[in-house]
This record gives sequence, structure tokens and C-alpha cells, in this order.
Amino acid sequence: MKPVSRFEELESGAPRVPVRFGGQEYQLAEGSNLAAALMAAGVDAFRQTSHRGVGRAPFCMMGACFDCLVLVNGETRQACLMEVETGLDVQPARRMREGPYASR
Amino acid sequence: MHRVNLAIIGAGPAGMAAAAEAAKAGVRVLLLDEQATLGGQIFRNVEVGSELRGAVLGRDYRRGALLTDAVAKSDVDYVAKARVWSIEENHVAYSTPDGEYLVEADHVLLATGALERAMPVPGWTLPGVMTAGAAQIMLKQSGIVAREAVLVGSGPLLYLVAVQLVRAGFPPKALVETQTRSDMRRAMTHWRAAMRGWRYLQKGAATLNELRNAGVPRYVKSRNIALLGSRRVDAVHFSCGGAIHEMATDTVLLHHGVVPDVQAARMAGIEHHWNAQQNAFVPKVDPWGRTECDGVWIAGDGAGIGGAMSAELSGRITGLAVAHELGSLPRAERDRRANPLIGQRNVELSIRPFIDRAFPPYHEALAPEDEVTVCRCEEVKAGQIREAAEQGCLGPNQAKAFTRAGMGRCQGRYCGLSVSRILADANNRSMDDTGYVRVRPPLKPVTLGQVAALHDPNAPLEQAGGHD
Amino acid sequence: MSSDFAIVGGGIVGLSVAWGLLKRGLGVTVLDGADDALRASRGNFGLVWVQGKGLKQPVYARWSQTAAAAWSDFAEELEDATGFDLSLEQHGGLDLHFSENSLADWAARYTKIQSILHGDYPFEVLSAKELRKEEPGIGDAVVGALLHHQDGQVNPLRLLRALAEEVRRLGGEILSGKQVLSVTHGAVFDLGCSDGSRIEADRVVLAAGLGAAELGPKFGFKAPLSPERGQVLITEKLAPLIRRPSLIARQVNEGAVQIGATNELVGQNDAVTRKGMAQLAAEAVAAYPDLARAQLVRSWGALRVMSPDGLPIYQESEQMPGAFLVTCHSGVTLAAAHARRLPEWLLKGEGAPDLEVFGEARFAI
Ligand SMILES: Cc1cc2nc3c(=O)[nH]c(=O)nc-3n(C[C@H](O)[C@H](O)[C@H](O)COP(=O)(O)OP(=O)(O)OC[C@H]3O[C@@H](n4cnc5c(N)ncnc54)[C@H](O)[C@@H]3O)c2cc1C
Ligand SMILES: Cc1cc2nc3c(=O)[nH]c(=O)nc-3n(C[C@H](O)[C@H](O)[C@H](O)COP(=O)(O)OP(=O)(O)OC[C@H]3O[C@@H](n4cnc5c(N)ncnc54)[C@H](O)[C@@H]3O)c2cc1C
Ligand code: FES
Repeated sequence: MKPVSRFEELESGAPRVPVRFGGQEYQLAEGSNLAAALMAAGVDAFRQTSHRGVGRAPFCMMGACFDCLVLVNGETRQACLMEVETGLDVQPARRMREGPYASR
Repeated sequence: MHRVNLAIIGAGPAGMAAAAEAAKAGVRVLLLDEQATLGGQIFRNVEVGSELRGAVLGRDYRRGALLTDAVAKSDVDYVAKARVWSIEENHVAYSTPDGEYLVEADHVLLATGALERAMPVPGWTLPGVMTAGAAQIMLKQSGIVAREAVLVGSGPLLYLVAVQLVRAGFPPKALVETQTRSDMRRAMTHWRAAMRGWRYLQKGAATLNELRNAGVPRYVKSRNIALLGSRRVDAVHFSCGGAIHEMATDTVLLHHGVVPDVQAARMAGIEHHWNAQQNAFVPKVDPWGRTECDGVWIAGDGAGIGGAMSAELSGRITGLAVAHELGSLPRAERDRRANPLIGQRNVELSIRPFIDRAFPPYHEALAPEDEVTVCRCEEVKAGQIREAAEQGCLGPNQAKAFTRAGMGRCQGRYCGLSVSRILADANNRSMDDTGYVRVRPPLKPVTLGQVAALHDPNAPLEQAGGHD
Repeated sequence: MSSDFAIVGGGIVGLSVAWGLLKRGLGVTVLDGADDALRASRGNFGLVWVQGKGLKQPVYARWSQTAAAAWSDFAEELEDATGFDLSLEQHGGLDLHFSENSLADWAARYTKIQSILHGDYPFEVLSAKELRKEEPGIGDAVVGALLHHQDGQVNPLRLLRALAEEVRRLGGEILSGKQVLSVTHGAVFDLGCSDGSRIEADRVVLAAGLGAAELGPKFGFKAPLSPERGQVLITEKLAPLIRRPSLIARQVNEGAVQIGATNELVGQNDAVTRKGMAQLAAEAVAAYPDLARAQLVRSWGALRVMSPDGLPIYQESEQMPGAFLVTCHSGVTLAAAHARRLPEWLLKGEGAPDLEVFGEARFAI
């Protein structure tokens, strides 16, 4: 089930393209800001904090807070500095389990 | 590696104005900004924003198109999505989606602007909570607005965002305001100076009128603010006028002023001092924007908060100064052009003492309770900073080693001032004596591969031989 | 106010010694510098390292081994007392080589010290293939490695913090922002501080890191210490990639990979340079190619406290008996020895370690 959005989109001109976030598919306005589009589509938590493992969502939208972290092609990126492209496969930045390799 | 006369970091009003002004005088300018478009915070997406957005955002916003036009029509080399991660002795390293670059510049201008002051109240890290500026960026950039948001804090930008939401057709549910009437009384002692900036006072009154007409409730002098919710925010708790409120909402927008983004200036090693009126550290610059580091200049809100007009004027003033320094503009011509700008800037700045007094930061967020997270990245609570003070940490650098506060990706942008403030209070020392967390590269994250790309195997570091 | 011992310097060395003295029931006051003082203790790499140490001075190799062997007990005691997790791991450490020649050369040196130490120097030479079995993330540029089984790693900042807490809990005093400027020696030592205050103590341990270069001569020490810069990089937290620490990179237990460190003679300059970062990054990516996509989130530069031959200095002042200079360039590794063994030497008690070779006499011309 898709979550209900707490946002309104004033304009709906741009064509929608499919983007996956955390395995779920969303139709987002092409070329729009990825963080904004995902939030408008109802996504709440983007990253998971590394110590307590709680969810975080975009806070500053200007590239300064790093709470919008996601993984794209294995690289950590700030969603608020990215644009929606068709076929993007985005994963929330999850807490890394205790590394490194378990001690012998 | 390419060479330019002037590399400007930040394409807000200050950076754009400096670029245009210097280019006009024949200076070779490189203008870098990590955002996808020109404009900075206030004029974000002004070139591409739709009519509708323009109407919602107002006349002041649309004026930004004049600046972006000026840059577009000039010889300025503007690079979008350019993240500057290191500035070292007139070399600027930046990464873009198409690769890594290193540029050598005769002069470097830091026009990195402002950040909204962090507002650590209980629950401020929950999803559903963002800054008022962030909501505004969503509107400017994407035409997306929050429904029934509750705005919490104080200051002109809080009202501006509220009004923009009203105009967009989604009035906020309420304004929970932290300033008091005695703040306003104290501010009135600056009324004479403020009257010179009457345009702002008038605009402020009109804004409040618009909010009243839209029926947006205002809870002035609110206290004990806490944002409630487990996985996301679902209510704002606060007390106001003797009553305790718990207001349901899924979007909270925080704001209590802006502070200079000093990361780049700190990294460059420029001295800063505490400005009690602005409640922030500001770098030492002369009226031209010159710093004590040779060839490094600062203009705009990054040199101390003055607002967009003042940022633009400062940019032009620094642009002229750099052009003169490069021999492109005779001194007399520089002064002839700069003098009226300096006069206008003084008028712009005259309103600041009034604003700073009328809308002081929310004091409970300056001295958060022990349980409140102050370092969002490393999840460090105020109480842990106080503990570190008890352990003998006099300043944020030892406290960082002890608690990890400031070690995260934001590099102290959102906790730096809180941590210094808490330590200063706990140790009963001044902010200047307490100091600020040391800023090192990368200013913005880069991958190791991107950094490694700058390595020249034919010119390795000179290293000491092996040792014990 | 007078205490048994004044310790000048609140870094790892000073605090380890302070802790050891407190454990023996002595009164200790630690005097430490400002927030932005040069502090190797908050800028190091966190290795508990034996290999490569004392190849020319076997007593130093032994001393490092003594420390490494004492570490797990020492860590446990600190952890129990403070509740901190020091993340000590001693499962061996690697020295990665990019050329067969250098690998063979170093292997020969290790073999030599191994025989001097009567075989107590457990290391192996790993071929590229063997290495990759141990460390799947390693890149093709690496031709092999030396694996030394006495090596390991620890979280150095937690160590620093745990020591500070423990010193306080045991009744020691740590005074920050107390730069010691002068000393007079009468019935007791009288230390003059930058804030105008004076501190008295029966004995003084000068563990001021690079600060000892200036202060040492006032106590009659040569203190020929000089800085050597090390730049270090830290990535974001990553999934498990590196198993054993190496001199190029280690993965801390929260997941971040720490890369370093340079060895530069640049005076008191502790800046990070783009050139240094680029070289460290290039080396790290050559060693562990997957790191290319990892984000760099932090960097720092810190100054090592180096004596001319790289060995520690343990010396009592002839001019002012009761004043001791204690300094070294591997203060993390040696912390366990400093905490456990050095107090006996300071107190001239029974079973004091023989540290003669680390005296200042070796610097005589
Ligand atoms: C979120 C927000 C919203 C605001 N909205 C308004 C408003 O609506 N009206 C108003 O009057 N004032 C507003 N302000 C105040 C406003 O910042 C200033 O009045 C004005 O924008 C300052 O201009 P500037 O040129 O100094 O900096 P800015 O406009 O802030 O521009 C700085 C630019 O530098 C770039 N930058 C920073 N670091 C780097 C780096 N390392 N690499 C590359 N680029 C970098 C940023 O992307 C940014 O575009 C806002 C402030 C914030 C923080
Ligand atoms: C990049 C780097 C990597 C390293 N890696 C390792 C490693 O992996 N393993 C290892 O074992 N070691 C390592 N080291 C070395 C280790 O960090 C140091 O040996 C150790 O921290 C030294 O501790 P210290 O207490 O002597 O000095 P410091 O930590 O420098 O402390 C000296 C203290 O003395 C104070 N002080 C100075 N002058 C005065 C004065 N006049 N009055 C009062 N106080 C004063 C200062 O404020 C400071 O706090 C590394 C060092 C560096 C720089
Ligand atoms: S929302 Fe703050 S960095 Fe993206």
C-alpha cells in the first residue's frame, strides 16, 4: 500500500517516470528534485542513523544536513541534490551492521 | 588544471553580483555552485520557476532574475553542480557529475551564504520535521507545498514562508512563535536606525496582515516546545499564555534565524570572532570583503547576516575590489563605483539590529535539555556535551574527540554553534574563548576515487624515511 | 595544594602514567593545554603495533611486545571501570607491499630481529594468493604482505576518554587550559602556569608531547623532539571490507575506513593538504579497489612526537631529580606498558623495567 502524502504538488505538467525507492515503484515528475518528489509521493524516512538506527528525512533541502542520504548504484548520494530520472533505483542509506569482519 | 583570475564559490546574490561586476571589468571569472541552477537560497530556481510559483513567491523573488540574467549575459564561466571540497592556497578543487577539477585562481571569493540556525528542541530529528527554508526550497524548486504545516520559531523568514504557503493555497495550521513582547520592546530602542530600513518594516506589517486575513492562528511567546511522535512527528507540544497545547500535525517547519555558513572560511584558516548581536561567529573581513588570508575574500551572508540586498551589494563591492587588485580597474574608478553601493549597504544593514532584537533565537534551543540531540549526524545529546565539559573539555575540539559531536558528514554545520554554546555555558567562558570546531577538507563529501584522481604519481609527497 | 606527582600533558602518555600512579595510591595532578593545542592523542591511527618497531634496537621491540601483551588486560580493566568499548582487536596486522623487492627486503629484516629475539617474533610472509584468501577486498596491485600476529588496533579516542574518566574517578585531578611555562625546584617542584596559577608537587612527569621540546630544557632535559606530520582520511561507514588493519588502512568497528598516514617534515604545520589527501586516497584505492566509490567524510593532520632515532625517551633529570621526561611516538601501543610498568620505574620500585637504553645519554655528541 502506498503511503498518503502530506504534500501537494502545485503543478503537474512534467511527465511521470518510474523510480524505485526501497524496492517500491513510484511515478515521479521527471527532472524534479528527487528528495522533494519522494516526499511528495509519501516517503517518510530516507536514511537510517548509524548509531541508534532510527529513520531520518530531508531536513535542510540545501545539501547541508545529510539526512536525505540514499544509495544509488552503490554510492551514497544526497537526494536533495539529485534529479528524478527514469529507472533510478534508490535505496535508503541503511545503518551498516557492525563491521569489519567478525573477529576470529 | 586551468587558471582564472577569480574563482567564486556560491552563486547566490553575492556570488552572482560579484561575478557580473568583475567580469564587466574584464576579469576572468569562474562561478561554482553545487546547486543545479543559479540563485542561491533566496533566488533558487528563479530562472526556471513557473509563473504560478513566481506569483506565490512574490516580487522580491522575481527580482532575482535580473541577477541571473546579468550572469548569463556576461563572460562568466558558470559551472552548475560543482561541489567545492578543498580550497588551498588559491587552488580550488571541485567535483562535478562529469569529473574532478582543480583550478588555480588569483583570487578566491567565498560567497557560501547562510544556514538556518539549528533549533535543537525535543523531537527535532523526527521525519516530518524540517526547516522553514527547506519547505520554501521545495516550493521554489519543485512547486511542492506542505499541507497544514505548523511553523515553529521566530523571524522574518518564518513569516515569509507562512505567507507563501497561504498564497499557494495551503495556509499553515498555526505559527508557534517564540519571540516575546519584551523582545519587541527591546528592539524598539533601535527604531531610529530601523526607520532607515522602513521598506522592511512596511513589508513586515503587510506580511502579518496577510497572515491575519488568512486566519492563521499565531501563538506568540510560546515555550516548552517539544515535537512528539515515534517514527515520525505527529504533534507539537508547547505552552502559551498559561495554557498547554498539543497540536496534531505531520509537518513541522522550524526556523529561528539564519547564521553565516562559515565552513569554507574556517577551512581557509580565516580568523572569526563572536558577534553577540547576531548570536553567531563571523569571519574577520574589511569593508571590501578582504580577509587576512592573501587572495581570499568573503561576500554575502557568509561574512555576517545582512540579507539578500546587502549580499548583492557586497558582491558587487568585492567584485570591484578584486578587479582593482588585478589591475583591471583604477582605484578612482573602483571608489567611484563602490561608494554609492557602500552607502546603500549601510541602509540595508540598519534594519539588522532591530530584527536581531525583535526575533532572538529561541533560548530553550540555545540551552537544550540534556536529552535533546544536538549533533544530528553522530546522535550526540546535549547532556553528553555537558558531561564532556565536566571531564575538562574547554572547547569543541576536545569535546569532539570525547563525544564525536561534529565528526559526522555535516561537519558541524548544524551542531557547531550549539556545542560551543553549551560548553561556554558549562565552563562559564566566553564564546571567543571556547572557540569553534576545526574545519578540514572535504568541505563537501567526495569519493576516494575522486580524490585519488588528483594524485600525480610523478610528483609524490616528500616523506620522511621509514622509522621506528 | 601539593600532590605527589604533577603530570604535565593530558594526552595518552600523560594519562596512562597518571592512571598507573593512581592505581598505586599516589596523588596525581594532570596539567593540560588548551582546546586547540597540538595533540597527537586525538589525531593518531589507533594501531597497537609491534612489527617494524626496534629493528635496530631490540630492547624497543621487546618493550613494544611487552605493551602489546599487556593490552588486553589493560583494556578490560578500563572497560570494566568505565563501561566504554575500546574495540581492541589483536588478531594480527598487515604490512602490504606493492613490489616483490620491498616485500623480500622487509621479510629479511623481520627474520633478523626474529632471531635476535630468540624466535619470539611471530610473523608470516603472505603471497598475493594467500593474502587474498585472508583479505578478499585486496587489489591486484598488492603483491603480498607481512602478517604479524602480535599486531592489532584499538579505538584511540575512547582510550583517551576512558583514561580521562578513570583518572578523575580514581581521585586524580585534570586541569585543562593550564599551560606550564616555568619551573622552580626547591623543597618541592613549583610549576608556573599561563593563567598565573602555581602548582606544587613532589615529583613531575613531563609528558607534554611536542610541548616538551620547549619546556624540557627548563627541567634540564635535552628533549630533542620534533614534529612529523601525519594526514589521515576517514570514509563513511561501510559494510565489512577490511579484516586486519594495515599501515595503509583499517576498518574501525563502526564501519568507517581510516586511511593514513603520511610522514612529512613540515614543522609545526598540522594542515591537511590536497596533495596529501590525493596520495593517501590513491594508495588506499590501489590496496582496496572497492574504496574508490566510498565517500570521504573527514580528514585531519596531526603531528607525531619524534625523537631523533624514533625511540621513546625515559629520563630522570640530573639537574632536578624527581623530574622525569616520558615521551614516545607510539603512545597508543605503549599505553599498556606506560600504565602497568612505568610507575615502577618512576618510583624506583622493585621489578622496575630496565629502560637505560631509552635515556638521553644516547643523544650525546
Ligand atoms: C534555506 C534558506 C532560505 C532563505 N530564503 C530567503 C528568502 O526567501 N528571502 C530572503 O530575503 N532571504 C532568505 N534567506 C536568507 C538568504 O540566505 C540571504 O538573504 C541570501 O540568499 C544570501 O545570499 P548569499 O549570496 O550570501 O548566499 P546564498 O544565497 O545562500 O548562496 C550561497 C550558495 O553557495 C553554494 N555553496 C555553499 N557551499 C558550497 C560549496 N562548498 N560548493 C559549491 N557551492 C557551495 C550554495 O549552494 C548556495 O547556492 C534564506 C536562507 C536560507 C538558508
Ligand atoms: C598521524 C598519527 C598517527 C599515529 N598512529 C599511531 C598508532 O597507530 N599507534 C600508536 O601507538 N601511536 C600512533 N601515533 C602516536 C601517538 O598518537 C602518540 O605517541 C601519542 O598520542 C603521544 O601522546 P602524548 O600524550 O605524548 O602527546 P599529545 O597527545 O600530543 O599530548 C601532549 C599534551 O601535552 C599538553 N601540553 C603540551 N605542552 C604543555 C605545557 N607546557 N603545559 C601543559 N600541558 C602541555 C598538550 O596540551 C597535549 O594535550 C600516531 C601519531 C600521529 C600524529
Ligand atoms: S536534506 Fe539536508 S542535505 Fe539533503
